Amino acid sequence: MMLETILDELFPDGHSVRLAGKTITGEAATPLGTVAVLGTTDAAAMDHVIALGLSAFILETVAHHPERPFVYLVDTSGQALSRSEELLCLNGSLAHLAECVDLARRRGHPSLSLVTANAVSGGFLSYGLMADRVFALNDTQVRVMDLRAMSRVTKIEHERLVELAGHSPIFAPGAENYVQMGAVEAVLGLPSADWLVGALTALKQEAVLRDHRMESGFSRGGRLLAKPIALSIQPAPGT
Amino acid sequence: MGGAVGEIHGAKIVGLLRRALLEEPRAVLFLIDSGGVRLHEANAGLIAISEIMRAVLEVRAGGIPVLALVGGSCGAFGGMGIVAKLCSAVLISEEGRLALSGPEVIETVAGVEEFDSKDRALVWRVTGGKHRYLMGDCAELVEDDVASFREAAVACVTAVTHDVSTLESLQARQHRLEQRIERFAGFNDGLDVWRSLGIEQPESVPMLDRGATVALKGRMEA
Repeated sequence: MMLETILDELFPDGHSVRLAGKTITGEAATPLGTVAVLGTTDAAAMDHVIALGLSAFILETVAHHPERPFVYLVDTSGQALSRSEELLCLNGSLAHLAECVDLARRRGHPSLSLVTANAVSGGFLSYGLMADRVFALNDTQVRVMDLRAMSRVTKIEHERLVELAGHSPIFAPGAENYVQMGAVEAVLGLPSADWLVGALTALKQEAVLRDHRMESGFSRGGRLLAKPIALSIQPAPGT
Repeated sequence: MGGAVGEIHGAKIVGLLRRALLEEPRAVLFLIDSGGVRLHEANAGLIAISEIMRAVLEVRAGGIPVLALVGGSCGAFGGMGIVAKLCSAVLISEEGRLALSGPEVIETVAGVEEFDSKDRALVWRVTGGKHRYLMGDCAELVEDDVASFREAAVACVTAVTHDVSTLESLQARQHRLEQRIERFAGFNDGLDVWRSLGIEQPESVPMLDRGATVALKGRMEA
């Protein structure tokens, strides 16, 4: 689905969104007030410029618009694979972006992500997965790594990986698997203003400082071990 | 398995970080030796890393510093490279490495001319502890033994007393990072960066021992 179509469906009351390369930043009108809209498009490979462009916009919004909600539109093929990017500590810039998303949460800005096409590894970790809640459109690609590269790292035949990706939810690409495991709330047929208003309203009504994903993955049956293991390490109250 | 993080590893780390919030120690020492997500359980691993990221930031927001110690043979790569940079400070040895994509992955996808993963000297000039320290991405360069890491960690715990990120502190870092990508745009070897930093004989840097490297950094900052 084209970015412009998605924006028109989500924000029929109007939006002014700028595109610099593959970086999206801007504002949109909703019945709940103005929201900040930002993210990436066209399967962006996250590099320093994109990460710092997004973090700058988050910091600016936090500085000037208290509690304004953030809507992240996620389409990233992962981190840029380049020596010059690594030379300047790309993990550092992605961590900086993630910390800015987290700062906004702590200062009372609700946030949600919508995966519009691709959500892959480091690109997804740096902002999409940091939002309070994550949603995905139908037919989106949510995954960790190109299977050829994965084959080289794991020393498992490429054909075998393709076969595994066909049926193993813990391994197979796909937003539905992330719903089962608690990291994505729901897969949407189509983006709509009604959905957005509903999701933002729900966010404003609950305390989102706590990371709920282990809990959700447990209750949905897709990630049964994480929650009890994490709990077993925390001492019982009063001990 | 290269310190890779799957569902269970992630849950244990998150559990420990949450426990730190309850017990309120002076600091958390996070020993990282990891290639990142355990690819055999790719989705669960990615989510686990994201949960660790949130948990580290929660501990720091609770006023407890988290120090990353990177001195193993795997380094800190992939999602764990991001986690390391979310900590209050990174302590690294010369043998340690810190980056996002492993050189092998870059070579497989972008070609050997982009990154020759067999060229160990190059790999260290791009991702190694010395380079990260000279660039300010790691707070301390530590001798590659346990006693030195312990000593450096104790000194760091004593020095870092208040480490909660604020709008102002992140704005300041934003400014530094923007200036840096402008200044070093297009560079692709540590040698060029070090030369540009004013180091007269950049080719000698890989040969310097820890003490000489720390002294060199001191002179750069003076």
